[in-house]
Amino acid sequence: MEIDLTALAAGLAIGLGALGPGIGIGLLVAGAMQAIGRNPDAAPQIQTNMILGIVFAEAIAIYALVVALIIKFV
Amino acid sequence: MEVMQEVMDDVMGGGEEGCASGCITRTGCLGIIILIVVLGFMAARFPVALPEIALPAEPIFAIGGFAITNTLLATWLSMLVLVVGSLLVTRKLKMIPTGVQNLVEWGLEVLLNLVESVGGSRGRQFFPLVATIFIFLLVSNWMGILPGFASVGLIHEAHHGGHEIHQVSILGFDINLLQAETVGEHETGWTVFSFFRSAATDLNTCLALALISVVMTQVVGFRAQGLRYFSKFVNFRGPMGPIDMIVGLLETVSELAKIVSFSFRLFGNIFAGEVLLAVMAFIIPYLISVPFMGLEIFVGFMQAFVFAFLTLIFMHMATFGHGPETEE
Repeated sequence: MEIDLTALAAGLAIGLGALGPGIGIGLLVAGAMQAIGRNPDAAPQIQTNMILGIVFAEAIAIYALVVALIIKFV
Repeated sequence: MEVMQEVMDDVMGGGEEGCASGCITRTGCLGIIILIVVLGFMAARFPVALPEIALPAEPIFAIGGFAITNTLLATWLSMLVLVVGSLLVTRKLKMIPTGVQNLVEWGLEVLLNLVESVGGSRGRQFFPLVATIFIFLLVSNWMGILPGFASVGLIHEAHHGGHEIHQVSILGFDINLLQAETVGEHETGWTVFSFFRSAATDLNTCLALALISVVMTQVVGFRAQGLRYFSKFVNFRGPMGPIDMIVGLLETVSELAKIVSFSFRLFGNIFAGEVLLAVMAFIIPYLISVPFMGLEIFVGFMQAFVFAFLTLIFMHMATFGHGPETEE
């Protein structure tokens, strides 16, 4: 009996793959908010480093998205 | 049309009912509501076809066996825009810049300040590559949002499924319009190979830029440190013996992972953005596209910035190695 699990696979790939980066980005921004709260004058530098960290964390979610797209459309 | 014109005039004029500049007046609200209703009516009346989403780029024509794909055409178009733009801006340079020259100089100054803030005055050697990557990716990503980029092209027979077409004749040319209705189970319909497709939606472009970035990082490291730079990877005389060899292997794998990470970050973001725009236009045409266009503008800028900024940081880290990790 053949069931086409492609759609399920693609959904699971991106769904589970976005859990980790979501939590990671939340932690990053929380740390950045606390740092800015303690030292508002350093806000631009903190912001720049925060954006950098967010981009790294989001790259993992993008890998999961690419796998989901490959499963669905290739 | 008269009513629309009146409403538009009122919206632009701001209304006379005691409202300071910038706030939304009653007629402004009415105008927006009418706009949404009209667009919603158009959305129900003229549905949009869901295009065949293909990962590899589609070839448009071939020059002697080499297939020219639509992403290659878009890359050439970005290059043309940049070259022609540069020629136009630098035609009459003045000592005190005005107009477009002022704008371009401001942009370059922001980039130069960024490069110098990370790399110091020695960091100016990184500026050409980093600024080129940023400007090329910015222009290329933003051009990919323009109308016509994923929609106007050649009609091809679809592999499976596909849509019906409707032929109209405009000014003597026969133009095929892709309809939203898909064909039946066993018929072959049609799909569109668009003439232009955003350059970064092709993994080849992203891979090429990532290779340039990582290889130039190694070159910069070698120029700054000589052969000692490669002791990062292969270290026979390290103080800890076999552990240094394993660390060297890890560093090698890390450099290769950088290539993968650079290319897939850019590819994933821009390709997913294009798929998102196409699917959103299919679900609710004309209306939902607007906020997602805004998202795509932001994402295009961020990905260009991140690619260039990470290249800058890795080049800077390559020049002083893993010795003193502190910067002044």
